[in-house]
Amino acid sequence: MENNENVRLMKGNEAMAEAAIRAGMDAYFGYPITPQSEVLEYLTAEIPKRHGIVLQAESEVAAINMIYGAAGAGARVMTSSSSPGFSLMQEGISYIASAQLPCLLVNVNRGGPGLGTIQPSQGDYFQATKGGGHGDYHMYVLAPASVQEMADHVFEGFRIAEKYRLPAMILSDGALGQMMEKVILPEEGSLPKETPEWGTTGKPKTRERNIITSLFIQPEKMEEINLGLQRKYQALRSEIKFEEYCLDDAEYILTAYGLAARISKKAVDILREQGIKAGLFRPITVYPFPSEQLEHHAVHARFILDVEMNAGQMVEDVRLAVNGETPVYFKGRMGGMIPTPAEIVEAVMTKINVLEESLV
Amino acid sequence: MEEIFDPVCIDKEAIDSMDVVYDKTPLLTDAPMHYCPGCGHGIAHKMLMEVIAEMGIQEQTIGVAPVGCSVFAYHYMDVDMQEAAHGRACAVATGIKRVRPDKFVFTYQGDGDLAAIGTAETIHAVNRGENILVLFINNAIYGMTGGQMAPTSLQNQVTSTSPYGRDTKFTGAPLKMTELVAHLPGAYYVTRQAVNNVNSVRRLKKAIRTALEYQKDNNGTCFIEVISNCPSGYRMTPLQSMRWIEENMFSVFPLGDIKVPGKGGAVS
Repeated sequence: MENNENVRLMKGNEAMAEAAIRAGMDAYFGYPITPQSEVLEYLTAEIPKRHGIVLQAESEVAAINMIYGAAGAGARVMTSSSSPGFSLMQEGISYIASAQLPCLLVNVNRGGPGLGTIQPSQGDYFQATKGGGHGDYHMYVLAPASVQEMADHVFEGFRIAEKYRLPAMILSDGALGQMMEKVILPEEGSLPKETPEWGTTGKPKTRERNIITSLFIQPEKMEEINLGLQRKYQALRSEIKFEEYCLDDAEYILTAYGLAARISKKAVDILREQGIKAGLFRPITVYPFPSEQLEHHAVHARFILDVEMNAGQMVEDVRLAVNGETPVYFKGRMGGMIPTPAEIVEAVMTKINVLEESLV
Repeated sequence: MEEIFDPVCIDKEAIDSMDVVYDKTPLLTDAPMHYCPGCGHGIAHKMLMEVIAEMGIQEQTIGVAPVGCSVFAYHYMDVDMQEAAHGRACAVATGIKRVRPDKFVFTYQGDGDLAAIGTAETIHAVNRGENILVLFINNAIYGMTGGQMAPTSLQNQVTSTSPYGRDTKFTGAPLKMTELVAHLPGAYYVTRQAVNNVNSVRRLKKAIRTALEYQKDNNGTCFIEVISNCPSGYRMTPLQSMRWIEENMFSVFPLGDIKVPGKGGAVS
């Protein structure tokens, strides 16, 4: 039996906020921006009644640096924002990655570039997975496709961030953040927490002082730090997550993440009803990208159609994964527009027809 | 940068502990300082660490270093420290203090860091009354990058980016951050001190002690501006640079308490 306290009908943003409290988050620093302001609103209402710290910062720049300070002091910390806000945070994220501080960052992606639109988008894939700020670094990036996963990924994000000492990101979008679904919330206190020995908690006589810094001015030392980061990202490949849907006999593979994957799943169902052997490969971690896992399926497929709510960003990782073994096509909508299942079905059928004609 | 400096000119065995009348505070590390000869940073570092040693709060203290000449402050101060991005020290200190409210937290920032790129973070941290000490070193110039104009540079001051003298009509007047933050209710104790002579240095030390004592009681932000010198940036000898700050800076940035608890927070 499910505990009724744990079963709720919630917005994605609220589920994420509630999950963060249950995950034992020590502090949240954030700044309002549509379409994720519910996170800050929920936390400012709930945290005074429960446990932790929530503070509305004067800017996203300040918020990410508060995250740096609190994470450096050994606390479990989180912020959330939406696309333009994350552009402002990039400097701080680069410092956090270099100083090797664990934290959870949530991007409820909206349409850009610029001030753009408040409608859902996947236009920040490059920013999230390729570094975003200056220097060679990555985050562990989870891409939820449901309100349930929005909540679950909070726990997973904190766990991975602290295990590897790096920033983890939940790359969501305005639709997942705003829509309401049933969610089974994780149990409070189920994520273990320890104060790390490297944190600036005050120097006792028994140890050297702890220093949190991203400044290593001698190039030999900076290269050593970089090599360490790269080893960490290699180790992170053991934490890859993905979903396979109808792939066993698939001749036509859709690749998509997040909301686009959810819509693509419906397109696969429609295609299967028409007797077309379609399947879906959904990366759940978009960094590290499940390259080998995708390649394993792709070699048996006639083509891949990558579906995204952008101009084609993850498609580059898909092409790298299959390395020319399988043709890769792209179907995207931009600027806050969401593709329909029918549009995706039509895109698949068009490519099948071109393929059939070429064989005649 | 961490190698131990072992001055060969000192015969340690010849020094009997009974004879020691003055010593380096144990909270300054033995790392050789990278500051230019005659720079005021060494004095400010020493006063801060002496106070922390005398109060016995090394184990409870967390510092934040800025970007600027004092970017490596954590090499010299033997307390837990974090290095902040340029201008963000007050935001970083906010994060630390909010999750470690029982610790003493200070930022150590220069004029470029605090009064230019970090203006927003500074004003908002003080406005929230973050219970921290902000130690603001103002030498009216960007030292680390080679002597460029700062927001606190004086009218007609020649720097590498105001080679004909600062034209305040074009680039703004010297920004008085200390007077500015003193107006905020979150500011508890605001004072301007200097490092130009022994009396000034003693007053600076007293101000630091006062501020850290106030932090025990969770009273709000304590903000100490320190008028300091930059011989390299001014292209002067250390002595000339001290005279220059006395003759030019003190009239624009007058020394003394600006906001003192119990005196109504009046700002002259």
